[in-house]
Amino acid sequence: MSGMNKQGRPTSIDGAGAACARETFTGNKALEHEEPLLFELDNPGACGVDFDDPGEFTSRLGNFERQGRIGLARVSEPEVMRHFVRLSAKNYSIDAGLYPLGSCTMKHNPRLNEKMARLPGISDVHPLQPQQTVQGSLELMSELSHWLKELTGMPGVTLSPKAGAHGELCGMMAIRAALIARGEDETRTRVLVPESAHGTNPATAALLGYKVDAIPATKEGRVDLEAFKSKLGPDVAAIMLTNPNTCGLFERDIVKIADAVHEAGAYFYCDGANFNAIVGRVRPGDLGVDAMHINLHKTFSTPHGGGGPGAGPVVFSEALVPFAPLPYVVHGDDGFRLVETEAQAKADGTTPFGRMTAFHGQMGMFVRALSYMLSHGSDGLRQVAEDAVLNANYVLASLKDDLSAPFEGPCMHEALFDDRFLKGTGVETLDFAKAMIDEGYHPMTMYFPLVVHGAMLIEPTETESKQAVDLFIATLKDLARAAKSNDKDRFTGAPYMSPRRRLDETGAARKPVLRWAPPVPAQAAE
Amino acid sequence: MRYLPLTETDRREMLGVIGAKGVDELFRDVPESARRDGLVDLPRRNGELEVERIFERMAAKNVAAGSVPFFVGGGAYRHHVPATVDHLIQRSEFLTSYTPYQPEISQGTLQYLFEFQTQVAMITGMDVANASMYDGSTGCGEAVLMAHRVTKRRKAVLSGTLHPQYAAVVKNLSDFADYKLEIMAPALPGTSEDVISRITDETSCVVVQTPGFFGELHDLRPIAEAAHAKGALLIAVVPEIVSLGVVTPPGEMGADIVVGEGQSIGNGLNFGGPYVGLFATREKYVRQMPGRLCGETVDADGKRGYVLTLSTREQHIRREKATSNICTNSGLCCLAFTIHMSLLGEDGYRQLARINHAAAVKLAERLAAVPGVEILNKAFFNEFTMRLPRPAADVVDALAEKGVLGGVPASRLLPGAAEVEDLLIVASTEINTDADRAAYAAALKEVL
Repeated sequence: MSGMNKQGRPTSIDGAGAACARETFTGNKALEHEEPLLFELDNPGACGVDFDDPGEFTSRLGNFERQGRIGLARVSEPEVMRHFVRLSAKNYSIDAGLYPLGSCTMKHNPRLNEKMARLPGISDVHPLQPQQTVQGSLELMSELSHWLKELTGMPGVTLSPKAGAHGELCGMMAIRAALIARGEDETRTRVLVPESAHGTNPATAALLGYKVDAIPATKEGRVDLEAFKSKLGPDVAAIMLTNPNTCGLFERDIVKIADAVHEAGAYFYCDGANFNAIVGRVRPGDLGVDAMHINLHKTFSTPHGGGGPGAGPVVFSEALVPFAPLPYVVHGDDGFRLVETEAQAKADGTTPFGRMTAFHGQMGMFVRALSYMLSHGSDGLRQVAEDAVLNANYVLASLKDDLSAPFEGPCMHEALFDDRFLKGTGVETLDFAKAMIDEGYHPMTMYFPLVVHGAMLIEPTETESKQAVDLFIATLKDLARAAKSNDKDRFTGAPYMSPRRRLDETGAARKPVLRWAPPVPAQAAE
Repeated sequence: MRYLPLTETDRREMLGVIGAKGVDELFRDVPESARRDGLVDLPRRNGELEVERIFERMAAKNVAAGSVPFFVGGGAYRHHVPATVDHLIQRSEFLTSYTPYQPEISQGTLQYLFEFQTQVAMITGMDVANASMYDGSTGCGEAVLMAHRVTKRRKAVLSGTLHPQYAAVVKNLSDFADYKLEIMAPALPGTSEDVISRITDETSCVVVQTPGFFGELHDLRPIAEAAHAKGALLIAVVPEIVSLGVVTPPGEMGADIVVGEGQSIGNGLNFGGPYVGLFATREKYVRQMPGRLCGETVDADGKRGYVLTLSTREQHIRREKATSNICTNSGLCCLAFTIHMSLLGEDGYRQLARINHAAAVKLAERLAAVPGVEILNKAFFNEFTMRLPRPAADVVDALAEKGVLGGVPASRLLPGAAEVEDLLIVASTEINTDADRAAYAAALKEVL
């Protein structure tokens, strides 16, 4: 019983995986259960709902009546509850721990927002109800628009894009519409995108038929102003720039960049993914931005929900406002009104480029974002940016000697490290990140941005306490020390403690199994 | 401020470690001209109670669908969502997690995505489905782009059965991506639309909606045959996914891509979003699909697990060569869909669909008895179109005055089309009672 204290708890780890040495008969590990697929719980005769019989009626389905079994699993309500509760236990979440994913802004999601989004007068409203019956919803959209315009210093906004990438698409469409109106669509075919950009930027530009031209970064992690200027020309439609950039740095030359873009007759698209760093302190409108999307699910605390839904409203400069897509809300003598057709827009004196989605956008997310804004107010939002930047700089200052930082600070809301500190250890960024899982942390963003080797991008956000950040820093210092002192197994085999260990992604892609299928009985018997 | 844990003491200590005199120093890279010393011109912070009052005041200015006899459809439908759904999706581990990029600690999300994909494939009658799009309309746009990639052609034909706002979304994408598009005139129920003659050797795909915008059920088989004969794909759009509980799925009628709006299962009306786009196709086209896919694999101990897969199609790997720029999708709405569908199961899903159909049939019979009303549909599920003796938009407003939300006037979505001015599209689901139907018929009789 060496290595145990009097309560029987281990005081040391004897070797990799020792803590999990005991296999259970069930495969369960105390609070954590192995859970079959829903379809493997199928129990003919069971059902999780009770319906009344509709009674006699004459079918009007014509000859379109469905034949044969669909294959859906049959389970009762308690089984459904247990199934999904057990699945939930296999997820990391911001409510449970620090979630330092750079550029993702995993901040606390206030439950007041959820409560407001569920008020029946807000959630139980149909997008095509007569407009006199939805004045509250239109007022809410109008109020959110006002906040977004004030916070960004931009004169116009469209709310309808469904997520950040959809917002990018919307912003770039407005730019192209403006170029078409100027008669320059044929000649302006190139979009400049820094090497450090999010993948969505080049994907968006390419979707619109633009040639993507990469701008190199300087040694300081910023756009190379001279290289950028040399790429400008009469064939450039726009620049797509993230600011603060994906290295976590503010582009010092941003005003010069904007001026040069405008002098060349092009437009400045700003990726607003990192707006959390500057909200309430810096307005993109003062930097010369023409269009910028705002991820309500980042800066404005609407939950990420395991990958959505998001919302990506886009703010526009004076030059692009007339091209904003349908629909939009106007306020007149008889209340609020949706402009949702081309004819109505014409009467209103605008020339929308088109429509991004059916209906009016992610209303459920608008409620949550506005609830967050109203809670913080102008003073609280400014403090958000300051604390987010403070936490990130504290991480950078505390870890720069144990890890390796490619760029000089100060950083903005995220701190970038590279893998130089792991040189010669046999441990790579991925291994380091997976070892963090065993320590109870979600890894940081890895291998992004592409401009530094083995990148680790840490965004603590403003909703982490100093105590939480201190413990995180101490953990990374311990791990860095372990990596440098030849404790390689701790990393290369990690994670050991999570519900699953490393998964075979190559195998998954080589022979994709994308759905459950019933077992074939004949083969099973053999 | 209640969401901010740092105290003034913390901030001072941290600035000391950083070696900065004040927080302004951390913003020194911001050009001076853009630094703001004062606050933005917006109200100051509010406590929970104040925020609740503000939203309650706005909510009171709406007519909640549940507070009146309600018959509005047109691509979004009011259904009853079991209490279990909203409880489960609010669990921290689902609500506040990110996209499952670290599969070891995201098996919860990944497994339900795998279950979601399976359910969607089953009900549409297709081989595979992705892990969701933003909604039905954007999914429809992506489906057309995918058909262009598969066929290496550049021209799509949109049937007049397609929801006009879906058509607008496709048109917008096509305009900007420089693809050709033929949009057919509204396909009024009771008339026949000749999509087949529009299919040529240049056509990449035909997009047909069933139930159509006017509620009519359409036979996809002859269109699929004609499309395939010319090397084109058939994209089927299903705006009301409950229909597939009783209606032959597009997969059994030859569709190559099925796009659906999944809102009806698990998700509320929410004034138009967030919803969940369903996207299913044939196995052979998987690598041309947009969006995330979850696949089964094993971990280092040989245990079954799930990962995001085939990501070489996606923007974070392929950048400008990606099949789509989509990143965040509708994760939590997928979960709501999956949980609700799990509760329904085979029997509940079929029964729910039957109840919906019965509700619509009973409503159609009632309204057909109102003088001046003509029901146009031959075959429908839970939505149908009626011709009124005067403009439908005015009738809908008059009905609203009487406390009945009676449907979608076709002219709202097809402005300027004279032939639809008197058409009202009416939906009925399991939420409607006999009393609702009686109230509707009585109110309609009065306003006509």
